[in-house]
Amino acid sequence: MKPHTLSILVENKAGVLSRVTGLFSRRGFNIESLAVGPCEEPDMSRITIVVIGDDEKIEQVMKQLNKLIDVIKVSDLTDSERVERELALIKVTAELGTSRAEIMQIASIFRASIVDVGAKTLILQVIGDTDKIDALEKLLRQYGIKEFVRTGTVGILRGSKTVTSGK
Amino acid sequence: MKTGAKILVESLQREGTDIIFGYPGGVVMPIYDELYDSSLRHILVRHEQAAAHAADGYARASGRVGVCLATSGPGACNLVTGIATAYMDSVPIVALTGQVPTNLLGNDAFQESDITGITMPITKHNYLVKSAGELARTVQEAFYIAGTGRPGPVLIDIPKDVSTGLSDDVKLPEKVTLRGYNPTYKGHKRQMEKALDLLAHSERPLIYAGGGIISSNASPELMEFATLASIPVTTTLMGIGCIPCHHPLNLGMLGMHGTEYANFAVTECDLMIAIGARFDDRVTGKIETFAPHAKVIHIDIDPAEIGKNKRVDVPIVGDVKAVLKDLLLLMKKQGVHEAWIKKIKHWKQHHPLKCPANGALHPQFIIRTLSDLVKDKAVIVSEVGQNQMWTAQHFCFHNPRTWITSGGLGTMGYGLPAAMGVHFARPDVPVFDIAGDGSVQMNIQEFGTIAAEKIPVKVVILNNMYLGMVRQWQELFYDHRYSFTELPPVDFVKIANAYGIEGMRVESPDEVLPALQASLDCDGPFVMDFRIEREENVFPMVPAGAAINEMIGGHPPS
Repeated sequence: MKPHTLSILVENKAGVLSRVTGLFSRRGFNIESLAVGPCEEPDMSRITIVVIGDDEKIEQVMKQLNKLIDVIKVSDLTDSERVERELALIKVTAELGTSRAEIMQIASIFRASIVDVGAKTLILQVIGDTDKIDALEKLLRQYGIKEFVRTGTVGILRGSKTVTSGK
Repeated sequence: MKTGAKILVESLQREGTDIIFGYPGGVVMPIYDELYDSSLRHILVRHEQAAAHAADGYARASGRVGVCLATSGPGACNLVTGIATAYMDSVPIVALTGQVPTNLLGNDAFQESDITGITMPITKHNYLVKSAGELARTVQEAFYIAGTGRPGPVLIDIPKDVSTGLSDDVKLPEKVTLRGYNPTYKGHKRQMEKALDLLAHSERPLIYAGGGIISSNASPELMEFATLASIPVTTTLMGIGCIPCHHPLNLGMLGMHGTEYANFAVTECDLMIAIGARFDDRVTGKIETFAPHAKVIHIDIDPAEIGKNKRVDVPIVGDVKAVLKDLLLLMKKQGVHEAWIKKIKHWKQHHPLKCPANGALHPQFIIRTLSDLVKDKAVIVSEVGQNQMWTAQHFCFHNPRTWITSGGLGTMGYGLPAAMGVHFARPDVPVFDIAGDGSVQMNIQEFGTIAAEKIPVKVVILNNMYLGMVRQWQELFYDHRYSFTELPPVDFVKIANAYGIEGMRVESPDEVLPALQASLDCDGPFVMDFRIEREENVFPMVPAGAAINEMIGGHPPS
């Protein structure tokens, strides 16, 4: 069982996301992360789903996804050369005169940016793969994380290969 | 400008619909008003579930798309079992539901239910129509999706203000194109050559034929292929009828209640050619020991079925009719498998299906008597349970689309309403519903429909005052503890009479033929209450989880 990153090109219509995720929940899969947004085609969306499961079961879900009328293309990026990124916003406790400097140092090592400075908190924005974000979260935990949001992984194949409608 | 309701009715007619099964209600009143003076025939059922099953029966018997109509909320929800039944057996139906007006959607309005959400996992596709202008295109797409590729049900949910809303005629494309839906019809040539190569080297090939042959109308091609290559054929429950019962190559049904010889053949074959079948657990038993010595060729239009349950050596994705045609063209030499055919003949001789004859009224005898009486001039529908298995085993089917049954979902109560739909597809032949006393009571209100519409369905109730199949399992696997499976006696003839339907009770074997003959002589519907041996079992039987050659109730090894 390993994480699979699936890139799914769909019609941009009401209910499509629910059709797609329904195929996972019906088989007892827990979706690790999910990102949806418009893409290069104006009336299509791209969904990136990270899900843990054995290869055969994932293959069956992909075949079922392909059967959905509103799904145009499904690809498993897992075994291909790809770029994967996630963005996270982390609100950390940082009262004036305490650990602010330390936190800012950590942020700079991770190339995270400080996007909000409050009297008692800082908000860090970090971009990277899942491991990098997990590592930063772990380091910041000692200062007190008040809130943590992440976008879910998006992925794209390296080189000229694409996951497109092929038009 | 036309109302949505008018556009809907016109769109249905453009798709060739001549009959719909439905039940009116609040939000579909604009549609019903349009139907009032339409040439489109409408059959009023007594429960929406029956409308879905009737559309399904119509579709299975005719090969065309069946249509049902229900109101929002409870009406739509009552369709659900029927839609799921059609989905599991890949039957093309279009289900139309009313919905609360768009401005009330999601408001918990009166009789609102999220039917597109509810039916998402049991439809091939569904639509919530947002404006009258979308209706024509949606109906066109729905019929296309339902009837092409691997067929299946499509639901269209129509809010009331869409039915009353106005739109100009929309220009429709000649041919529907959907970028996310492109079924593969032609098989891959290289794969077909590989398959024929395996066949050329096989000594004990076996065709495992499923419902895909029926839905693709591929029986003639299957017969030609099997005969030319000399390959015995076993059929699934859904595949029955694709090869005539008396054909020397036919082994009958395989699986849990399959014939001994079919299951022996599966266990001993060295090449299995699965055509339009899906390796269902009721067929395979313990999957690890299913066709253990065989290479597997799997032909199916749905790529998701290939390798789902059983590892496949040569997958061929395509319409089974087209693939069989191509295989026939590519096949260089005819096959002879003398030793294998001889072995199978020996099995058939020494392990026939048993038909008890001890003076009592046995269901197998009733089915065989009916089979001899009507021969190939009837369509047989069944309910689910023992009645279904006895019919599958003992009725001699000659043609495809003459055996109509709920296989995948196993829906009790399917038979009677499906038989109504079958009648409208095949008005030229009598339609029999083989029922149990349990199943028939699940949709017995449809006596009202067949009486009012004078639908000449002949209902054969195999009445053992038990939920027989569950009782059989309790007898065999739960130490005779008949937990909630006994049904008190019901006078079905009286019920029939109350609806104005003729009926007859039968208690001994010599009354069977006269009763069946009387049903044929009667112009209208007819109900027969056969009081059968109460604890008759369906044999042979593969216990759940066993290998399919480990049958109980068969013959000693020969």
